[in-house]
Amino acid sequence: MNLHEYQAKQLLARHGVEVPGGQPCTTADEARAIAEDLFAKGQEMVVLKIQIHSGGRGKGVFKDGFKGGVHLCKSADDVHEKAKAMLGNTIVTKQTGEAGRQVHTLLVASGEKIVDEFYLAVLLDRETSRPLIMASREGGVDIEEVAETNPDAIVKLQVDPLLGLRPYQGRNLASALGLDGKLIHSGAKLISSVYKTWWECDASMVEINPLCIIESPDGSQKIAAVDAKISIDGNALHRHKDIAEMRDLNEEAKLEVEASKFGLNYIKLDGSVACLVNGAGLAMATMDAIKHYGGDPANFLDVGGSASTEQVTAAFRIILKDPNVKAILVNIFGGIMNCNTIAEGVVAAVKETRLTLPLVVRLEGNNVETGDSTLANSGLSLITADSMAEAAKKVVAEAAA
Amino acid sequence: MAILVKPDTKVLVQGITGSFGGRHTQLSLEYGTQVVAGVTPGKAGQKFEDTVPIFDGVAEAARETGATASAIFVPPPFAADAILEAVDAGLELVVAITEGIPVRDMIEVRAAIQGSATRLIGPNCPGVVTPGTGKDSHGGCRIGIAPGYIHKSGDIGVVSRSGTLTYEAVWQLTCNGLGQSTCVGIGGDPVPGSTHLDIIKLFNDDPGTRGIIMIGEIGGSAEEEAAAWIKENCSKPVAGFIAGTTAPPGRRMGHAGAIISGGKGTAEAKIAAMEAAGISIAEIPSQMAEALIKIL
Repeated sequence: MNLHEYQAKQLLARHGVEVPGGQPCTTADEARAIAEDLFAKGQEMVVLKIQIHSGGRGKGVFKDGFKGGVHLCKSADDVHEKAKAMLGNTIVTKQTGEAGRQVHTLLVASGEKIVDEFYLAVLLDRETSRPLIMASREGGVDIEEVAETNPDAIVKLQVDPLLGLRPYQGRNLASALGLDGKLIHSGAKLISSVYKTWWECDASMVEINPLCIIESPDGSQKIAAVDAKISIDGNALHRHKDIAEMRDLNEEAKLEVEASKFGLNYIKLDGSVACLVNGAGLAMATMDAIKHYGGDPANFLDVGGSASTEQVTAAFRIILKDPNVKAILVNIFGGIMNCNTIAEGVVAAVKETRLTLPLVVRLEGNNVETGDSTLANSGLSLITADSMAEAAKKVVAEAAA
Repeated sequence: MAILVKPDTKVLVQGITGSFGGRHTQLSLEYGTQVVAGVTPGKAGQKFEDTVPIFDGVAEAARETGATASAIFVPPPFAADAILEAVDAGLELVVAITEGIPVRDMIEVRAAIQGSATRLIGPNCPGVVTPGTGKDSHGGCRIGIAPGYIHKSGDIGVVSRSGTLTYEAVWQLTCNGLGQSTCVGIGGDPVPGSTHLDIIKLFNDDPGTRGIIMIGEIGGSAEEEAAAWIKENCSKPVAGFIAGTTAPPGRRMGHAGAIISGGKGTAEAKIAAMEAAGISIAEIPSQMAEALIKIL
């Protein structure tokens, strides 16, 4: 589950990480009030940032032509005007796709004087099954680009999960980032707090980019998380009720949210050949087979190991809400699941949804003979296939017809 | 011969009184598997289906019945504890079927069991099957949730991250007259107890295994690591399939571990590494058995 920047900063602050002062808001009047408060405290600049689950917000363009989802403002009036232009408006960034994303929330924060920028992230190292801290002197830029053009600029540190991050490791990392003097200690403390946030919140990833040395008007320096991204392990939300409440359904595709209510795992794609499969691996492989025979998959859909008639019907309804779909492939390996149960579910679903699109069904496994005859005697004009290859070929041909 | 389990391996089931665990214990018993004990804290003294004694803890269950392997069907919030209990009881094999265990729990489990003699398979996996020689492979050892009847006793090893793709491969082999030594589902989670490589080493050392099918998917680099080892060390023919060529980056494709992140874990990279290791690649999943047969 992904969090917004302001939510990530709340979690980080709770674990002792310094973040620039500010508040989220949903109206331009609120934005003005928060900005006035920050200016009253002596801030010279206030930064206004849209809160959507996407990178590249600053360079995004709104559908009405308004440019940029991040703005530095010198007055409360300016904040009000920009907030008004962005709230409710839809922005397109390099990650949102053409449809873009509607803006519901803004973060109004102090615009800090930045002296230096770094990158810091904590994630799982899948090769070793241990936590990995990644840091770089090159902050504020795309880390994947740094990894390609200047891999030596990235420092990696593995953490023993049973010991946790030791203070000396934090100091070494701070020093590798070029911090010195007092900043070694505050840097080490910040790294330790970021690690603690990752561990205690069951995060899949915490990414702070940029991590900044900021300077107060009195000339004193400190290290703060100026931008932050956190994603949480969905399987651990049962022990984080407060974080679970941070879920923003506005940021999730409507069909995917609806599918999850029926225990279906659905991901919408751009093609025209829909598929309905049991098992995640087989569902991916079915998409690949569609592509292999020249089609483009419209979705990933795993109905799970014991799909009921109700689930199959829900799956059809969700598939049919995608206007790009031209043909549907049902691919089931009935291991424990009875193929006839699936066949009956398919027949019921086709009748209930009054399906008019071509439908190819491939059943294999437990009680497949009865399942096939249920399909054959249903009076429906569906196409059957004996192998996955044949099924994929047929459905691609139907979609192209 | 086989790896991990033999038809006479004695198995206990943690979470035997849950509906899912109970149903699959019943299917294992019908398959002829030696399920000798169940564990559900607080239900000691009861019996599962009037035959299998239930104990409060794993250590006692193992001591009383001689069980050396465990199947874990315990719900996700309690599953890591169940794994550690089984390891602490000194079982040789622990197979965690449970899907949805928090990653942090598995990071701790992996670190805690390092150096122990127990082999952990899973979590989020279909389990392990060593087929028997009876009708529809009856009499084998089935730990987990795979359909027993699709198997056939023989000499091909199968290792996979996905349940239904394993069944596809097994069924293709069986339909082509090729039996299996052992089929191992290592699971779809990002922190698995055993990797492709761990299992392929066991198959390579097993005189009863003649050829191997390795099924992978996007996410992580376990397939690349296995391929590198196979290139230098494996003496047996290996065929493979990778799912997820069409998966969009940054999206979790059903399995918690099936995600391309930061440009890493793509199907293309895995297929290239496997081809470079001389592994016969099935382009589509219907060709998995075929890909192996042509190099046997």
